[in-house]
Amino acid sequence: MSSTRRKSRELRSAIILVLPFMVIFTVFFLYPTVKVVMLSFTNAPLIGEGEWVGLDNYVRLLSDRLFFTSLWNNLYFVLLTVIPTTVIALLIALAVSRLSGRLQALVLTLFFLPYVLPVSVVTLIWAWMLDFQFGILQPLISTLAGRPVAVFKDPNWVMPMIALVTVWWTNGFNVLLFIAGLRNIPKDLYEAAALDGATAWQRFWRVTWPLLWPITALVLTLQLILQLKLFDQVYLLSQGGPFNQSYVVLLQMYREAFQLNNGGYASALAMVLFAVIVILSVVQFQVLKIRGRK
Amino acid sequence: MTSRQARNIAFIALVLIAALIWVFPLYWALTTSLRSEARIVSDAGVLMDELNFTAYANVLATSQLPRWYLNSVGTSLIITATVLFTGMMCAYALSQLRFPGRKLLYLLIVASFMVPIPALYVAQFILMNDLGLVNSWAGIILPQLVVPVVIIVYKQFFDAIPHEMREAVLLDGGGEFTLLFKLYLPLNWGITAALAIITFISAWNNFFWPFLIATSESMMTIPVGITQVNDTFGIAYGRLMALALLAAAPVILAYLVFQKRVTEAVMISAGVKG
Repeated sequence: MSSTRRKSRELRSAIILVLPFMVIFTVFFLYPTVKVVMLSFTNAPLIGEGEWVGLDNYVRLLSDRLFFTSLWNNLYFVLLTVIPTTVIALLIALAVSRLSGRLQALVLTLFFLPYVLPVSVVTLIWAWMLDFQFGILQPLISTLAGRPVAVFKDPNWVMPMIALVTVWWTNGFNVLLFIAGLRNIPKDLYEAAALDGATAWQRFWRVTWPLLWPITALVLTLQLILQLKLFDQVYLLSQGGPFNQSYVVLLQMYREAFQLNNGGYASALAMVLFAVIVILSVVQFQVLKIRGRK
Repeated sequence: MTSRQARNIAFIALVLIAALIWVFPLYWALTTSLRSEARIVSDAGVLMDELNFTAYANVLATSQLPRWYLNSVGTSLIITATVLFTGMMCAYALSQLRFPGRKLLYLLIVASFMVPIPALYVAQFILMNDLGLVNSWAGIILPQLVVPVVIIVYKQFFDAIPHEMREAVLLDGGGEFTLLFKLYLPLNWGITAALAIITFISAWNNFFWPFLIATSESMMTIPVGITQVNDTFGIAYGRLMALALLAAAPVILAYLVFQKRVTEAVMISAGVKG
């Protein structure tokens, strides 16, 4: 008897505790998730009812050249950011972890600082740094290209420069993860390797790299997902131009829904991004796991 | 000096130089913001040789920056408080209580990591429109209240608390709420602070959602508002940099003050995601 009463009391407490989150989660997350799937099979405008059109939106995607440009640009951006930021973050983390005390804290702070900035602050600052007429980086660009370049209006420069800005902005996060990973490697492994006469190079490839691999895999996976969700920087720096060279899937979703009033088609675009992210992260995770085991 | 010491000093110098280059854009924004517009476009060198606050005064007088501050502070604080409060309650139930549907709920929360949130914005916008919440604080806040990582982190920390402590409170006649707020929460102030600061920073920095839902200038948050000024100033980089730095100041300060907590939160939440 007392155990049933205790159970019902436990249930009542559980309901009260879980309910606030459950309501928020259901209304503002689960419902929109189902809704976006449903919308992608309709011709609904952004506001108002639409009709069921089956797979029409998805068929239309297949002949939408802008969609393939966007998708390609997303993948190009991933290529430009994911591996470079991982390598840069690892190098910074290795350097920072060799420092100690206040100096280490200071250097880490400087490298991490951009990560806490709002994206529009980042883009304002870099638009000024790279300004065609007065940008402080234009002399450097002139040396590289032989002339000043309006980088966000140039089809070849636009994506690499957005990638550069993004790496500068988000790299601190990866540095922190690598530092946490490096701290977990037992010191005596290095001492043993040093006693065996291993060079610094050998110590890195035989000790650091294999033991750090789970973190490297984590950084690669998180970055892949993050960078596929590119929207803010493109919208603020180049608006998808020039000649759609920086158009990406989320920008197209935004235009379709909020400027062209095609809620259904925009939802189909959202579903593609969703699918790409799920598939790529599952595949990458598996691949990385296999490589890590070797 | 041995060659080893010399190498060490050279290494430290190199790392310091790299770190200074890394933050140079921020230094350059500050330097620019403290110069007169005329000197900004003249070839004035990279040293901070002027302390001219005209740009700051101008930005504060001509833009709605104070209003955007209010919107950002208000919405970010409400988001942070709600996310932590609902999250810790749900995590406590998941961690300590047995109830039907518990496994399913946990699975849903874990699976929700895979959903790219911007993919839901169209549906969330339609929902906000149906509820009449477009261009309101509620509209900005509500969809940002789902932060599953908070629940997972709390659950892990609650799981680790020894059961004997729990039994002691129960014997004293305390209920689940006493347990949560008098035992589990006080034991986890550290992680609560860490989660609070990182939730606050990401709410403050969110651009895409407030940009969609705030349709009038007076309802915009800082990251959205400052992009509007860009359009009205034309080329006036001193004012733009003053604006950027005023917009970034709260998060930079929050980071510098709570640095250890931020680091801790980043490491823990990333560990959970992996």
